[in-house]
Amino acid sequence: MNGAQDLGGMMGFGPIGIEADEPMFHAAWEARALAVTLAVGFLGRWSIDEARHARESLPPPVYLTSSYYEIWTRGLETLIRRHGLATSAELETGQPDPAAPALPADLKPAPGPDAAAAILARGSSARRADARPPRFTIGDRVRVRDINTPAHTRAPRYVRGRVGEIVRLHGGFVFPDTGASGAGEQPQACYAVRFAARDLWGETAHPRDCVHADLWDDHLEPAA
Amino acid sequence: MTGHDHDHDDHHHDHGHDHSHDHGHVHGDAHTAPPSPMAARVKAIEALAVAKGLVDPATLDLIIDTYETRVGPRNGARVVARAWTDPAYKARLLADATAAIAELGYTGRQGEDMVALENTGQVHNMVVCTLCSCYPWTVLGLPPVWYKSAPYRSRAVLDPRGVLAEFGCTLGDDVEVRVWDSTAELRYLVLPERPAGTDDWTEDQLAGIVTRDAMIGVSRIAPQAGAPAMAEG
Repeated sequence: MNGAQDLGGMMGFGPIGIEADEPMFHAAWEARALAVTLAVGFLGRWSIDEARHARESLPPPVYLTSSYYEIWTRGLETLIRRHGLATSAELETGQPDPAAPALPADLKPAPGPDAAAAILARGSSARRADARPPRFTIGDRVRVRDINTPAHTRAPRYVRGRVGEIVRLHGGFVFPDTGASGAGEQPQACYAVRFAARDLWGETAHPRDCVHADLWDDHLEPAA
Repeated sequence: MTGHDHDHDDHHHDHGHDHSHDHGHVHGDAHTAPPSPMAARVKAIEALAVAKGLVDPATLDLIIDTYETRVGPRNGARVVARAWTDPAYKARLLADATAAIAELGYTGRQGEDMVALENTGQVHNMVVCTLCSCYPWTVLGLPPVWYKSAPYRSRAVLDPRGVLAEFGCTLGDDVEVRVWDSTAELRYLVLPERPAGTDDWTEDQLAGIVTRDAMIGVSRIAPQAGAPAMAEG
């Protein structure tokens, strides 16, 4: 999706804003937003890719003027509504509405702290042993397909249509572009693709520099 | 410089449920939200999720405690110090970072599949996520605000040397800058160059000088004049 999340190469945002002795959270609500987002996610109703798409689907003016945890919170509200866990009115008041539709029948119980600690320690790898075999190998020249879709994609705009070289085979991973939309994981090869900085940005780029993006088989086509 | 320490020791929040008070930090960028409306909104979601049985309140506290006190850049510093002092470990780290980092006990969410990148005198690696804020939580903890901000995410790929200069890191024209955009479920850890003046240091002493920013690749670790008395923690 060509949303406001796709920031690579944009100009005009000013200095980096490095903060000495930065606190982990700048307000107590940020810690609660992190925790509630992860905890509701533990119910397994959506993938990380669908969650990212919910965040990047915010209108660009909203996305660009929202803090990180505000973006998370707005995305979480979208996911909660979409998956029938609460209505807009309930989210507004913070109170369950007796007239709201029942929760999904197959909803699992919320994990307690011990189960949650185990989930955090284990994580949830997107690597898949049953992935499609790779079409490319190290040293191959590839072109990134010019993907412009309202759906989720992890091919950033600044590499689309550009030619790079495969420098690492990462193995088989869930394909986020389909994983986000309910079209299945379609696990396939993921690669680190190196682009010369000058091939991306032109003559103002440093001649020695390069940028790598991790891209999947379905993002790429052979380049001469 | 031990810029990672604050992530662990200096910031004990109230883990209770009174989250109506916000800390009055003032920031000059658009990535700090007006606190009060968001505090109310998050409070409503949390109250609703608890009331509907979607979350266990004790789980919320567990999550916050995990990232405030248990998971942070000291983990990554330990990995780097081990790699600097144990050539066999370094070889394993560069060949299979996930397994080598798991050897030290650092596994889990946002570190499921790891890649280590070695900085040398000729090659400087730096990491960004232009599309969201992917970051190796298991070895670095939660990311700082600048890493998640539009200025860093937009410019790191376009003008890496300008970004590095803002962090006080100036590289010669003979150095190749390699930017890595974390567009997949792989998390990158930069293995910084071991600074001069540390030849006889212990692993603990070395771990004490490895900074979060050096492991993201936006800075290098300065040459050391003498060994520290003892690294903290």
